[in-house]
Amino acid sequence: MKVTAMDIYKLLPKTNCGDCGEASCMAFATKLSEKEIDLKVCEPLDTPEREKLEDLLAPAVREVIMGTGDKKVILGGDEVLYRYELTYYNPTALVIDVNDELESEELDERINIIENTKFERTGELLTLDAIAVRNKSGDAKKFADTVSHLKNSKYPLVLCSLDPNAMKAALEIVGNQRPLIYAATENNLDAMAQLALEYKCPLALFVPGDLEKMKQLSHTLRSQGIEDIVLDPGTFVGEGMGDTLDNFIMIRRLAVEERDDDFRFPILGIPALVRLDNTEDNINKSIQEATVTATLLNKYADLLILNGTDIWEIIPILTLRQGLFTDPRKPQTVDAGLYEFGELDDASPVLLTTNFALTYYTVEGDLKSGKANTYLLVLDTDGRAVDVSLAGGQLNGKSVADLIKETGIENKIKHKKMIIPGLAAPLSGEIEDDSGWEVAVGPRDSSAVPDYLLENL
Amino acid sequence: MDKISQLLKLLENTKSIEINDFRMDFEELELQIMPAVEQIVKKSVDKTKTPVQPSPMEEFNPPIQNYPGKVAEVQLGKGSRKPVYLGGQEALYRFEEPQPNAPIVTFDVFDIPMPGLPRPIREHFSDVMEHPGEWAKKAVKEYGANMVTIHLIGTGPKVMDKSPRDAAKDIEEVLQAVNVPLVIGASGDPIKDPLVLEKAAEASQGERCLLASANLDLDYQKVAHAAVENDHAVLSWSITDVNMQKTLNRYLLKEGLTHNDIVMDPTTCALGYGIEFSIDIMTRTRLAALKGDQDLQMPMSSGTTNAWGSREAWMKKDEWGPTDYRGPIWEIFTGLTMMLSGVDIFMMLHPSSVKLLREIGETFTKEYNSAEKANIDDWITQLGS
Repeated sequence: MKVTAMDIYKLLPKTNCGDCGEASCMAFATKLSEKEIDLKVCEPLDTPEREKLEDLLAPAVREVIMGTGDKKVILGGDEVLYRYELTYYNPTALVIDVNDELESEELDERINIIENTKFERTGELLTLDAIAVRNKSGDAKKFADTVSHLKNSKYPLVLCSLDPNAMKAALEIVGNQRPLIYAATENNLDAMAQLALEYKCPLALFVPGDLEKMKQLSHTLRSQGIEDIVLDPGTFVGEGMGDTLDNFIMIRRLAVEERDDDFRFPILGIPALVRLDNTEDNINKSIQEATVTATLLNKYADLLILNGTDIWEIIPILTLRQGLFTDPRKPQTVDAGLYEFGELDDASPVLLTTNFALTYYTVEGDLKSGKANTYLLVLDTDGRAVDVSLAGGQLNGKSVADLIKETGIENKIKHKKMIIPGLAAPLSGEIEDDSGWEVAVGPRDSSAVPDYLLENL
Repeated sequence: MDKISQLLKLLENTKSIEINDFRMDFEELELQIMPAVEQIVKKSVDKTKTPVQPSPMEEFNPPIQNYPGKVAEVQLGKGSRKPVYLGGQEALYRFEEPQPNAPIVTFDVFDIPMPGLPRPIREHFSDVMEHPGEWAKKAVKEYGANMVTIHLIGTGPKVMDKSPRDAAKDIEEVLQAVNVPLVIGASGDPIKDPLVLEKAAEASQGERCLLASANLDLDYQKVAHAAVENDHAVLSWSITDVNMQKTLNRYLLKEGLTHNDIVMDPTTCALGYGIEFSIDIMTRTRLAALKGDQDLQMPMSSGTTNAWGSREAWMKKDEWGPTDYRGPIWEIFTGLTMMLSGVDIFMMLHPSSVKLLREIGETFTKEYNSAEKANIDDWITQLGS
């Protein structure tokens, strides 16, 4: 359950001293509840209350750090079950599997693909996050050799072996890089726990299909002083997918709504397991792997291990993750500037819109589906729609005139005519005065723009 | 010994102290012997910071909740149609109570050949696109469609401006060709749509189709009446706005429709094009229904086909890989995400997206832990390269 401002306020000094920069303790409490300010800035707070508040404000799901320095990935940190209630924190880590039976050339090629997979979307460079090294051979030395091959890779590592000896051999090489140890099971729990403590590494707990046992083992690990745990309740695919989903959802609900300390950890899923079934071809397996990934991205996975690296499989996954983890409290924007559609020349029309993401993509969609050939000027309105920014003043004659200068549109075309959105009609005179351009008022809805262009040009 | 020495002595022999008591008792002494006390206090406090043993473990109980509300069940298909049922949920998740009805997919069919459809779809249907009846038949026979959506795009004044009477003929053709329930979609023209839907509703009287759609921009009363008079259900379409949805539902209920006659379309924004807005709206709508908001206790629909409008789904671009796979994945991701947010019926285009969505959707009606599962204990050694 999300902590309310009132829960927090009760523990604050209630002096309204203002040292934190907020007008009152209640205002400070509200910001704390929204995670928009740090508790540390409250100077007069006494220690017992500070500790209580720290506990109260600790995320429902513990943040577990994998890797060190600039190879660091944070898992977990979530507070809510539904993103609209606040936001989701720390995007799901996407991890690609390599194994210790690959020849070193194959391995190098795979690492190269993993490290260079990227996709740019709405101004953000989306990439993968980590590499899982799998002890497929069952041989400790082979595992250690492969791990040492990956020692200098760009991304943090997940070490996958259920054999404590193999794990130890790997940790001797990369134990100081804080890899995620995968995994403790009911059969090797103590030995893996010892390694996690000795090397100060986070530890995954793998208990397929049995949450009751998972709770017991998680409790045992916590009793041994292990704080950084990642839970793998098993990724069953096909008909078992319903159970996989149920287990993920139950774990997160227990963490968020019931604050069950044995479940307040990041969750790990392995969509790669669709490939245990050898009856389908590789393309179908990759599509299935993507499907399982999409399902678990939606329902609470904090780390997912995949085997496929084809870009057509990864692009939709990166896109879905980006959407899920955008902060609903922040306006969504696209880059301001000049956008081009279709075939252009120096007589092509020039349209205007704002950089609110949804506005922009609506216009973009309409221009494309209508096969319009046009320039589109996108004004920075801090992510406000046309009518809102007109009312708020971000959309005005001067800002449009500045945009014309900044984009250099005047060097690309011979005319000085602009079509503005119908909703911005009241501004046409002001834009003409400030920019020296001629302004025509276009349709109120961008779906009519392609026809408007055909009729008016 | 004086009191301070006694205190210091006492502290030396103590492994940990409650700092509350300490500060309360010795407030005035702090001024006189700050450094000494501070040091000891600090030591003692540090000791209390060692990891606390977790409290004894509580028993494991599945986190099952009770919901005061219920989603209405809507029947589609009657007369010569094989019926399907939407909604009816009394819980959010399967482990609380399995859904009474699995999610349904309805295949898009158009009244015109639709040259604009992406190639991966034309590939499957190009031989039947001239005839909506044949097209519908193929969707049902070859791809196992539960339902078919006939989009009367050709009635659009800027498309082919087909008359409502022509539209009714197309409906008859599709009704003849298949025995699954139909969704009847118009062209998106606010003036003409109600007229087209009215004629289509008459042509399919008693077959319980879903008329798509009623919204606040058109004469929704006409659409509602056409449904009431000819025994159909209505798609109530709002634009990512829960309050708009509530308002429209209330208006439709006033026109004589019941909860069992309305399916909501809160708008599906495609993957990468605002899907998160739709996630939030669908989630809030379904939660509100289960919490008892009667204005929202209807099943939900998703125009999943919107996914094909995303350039990532159709645009040829070598560095993104073949559209043959990208397109279907874009559609399945959009549909799946909506399904996990509570949607009950999906309008879709590509046979393989439909298959994968159904596979997961069908698990929603099964009991928790009833499926046979592969043993994955040794996945580390068993998984291939």
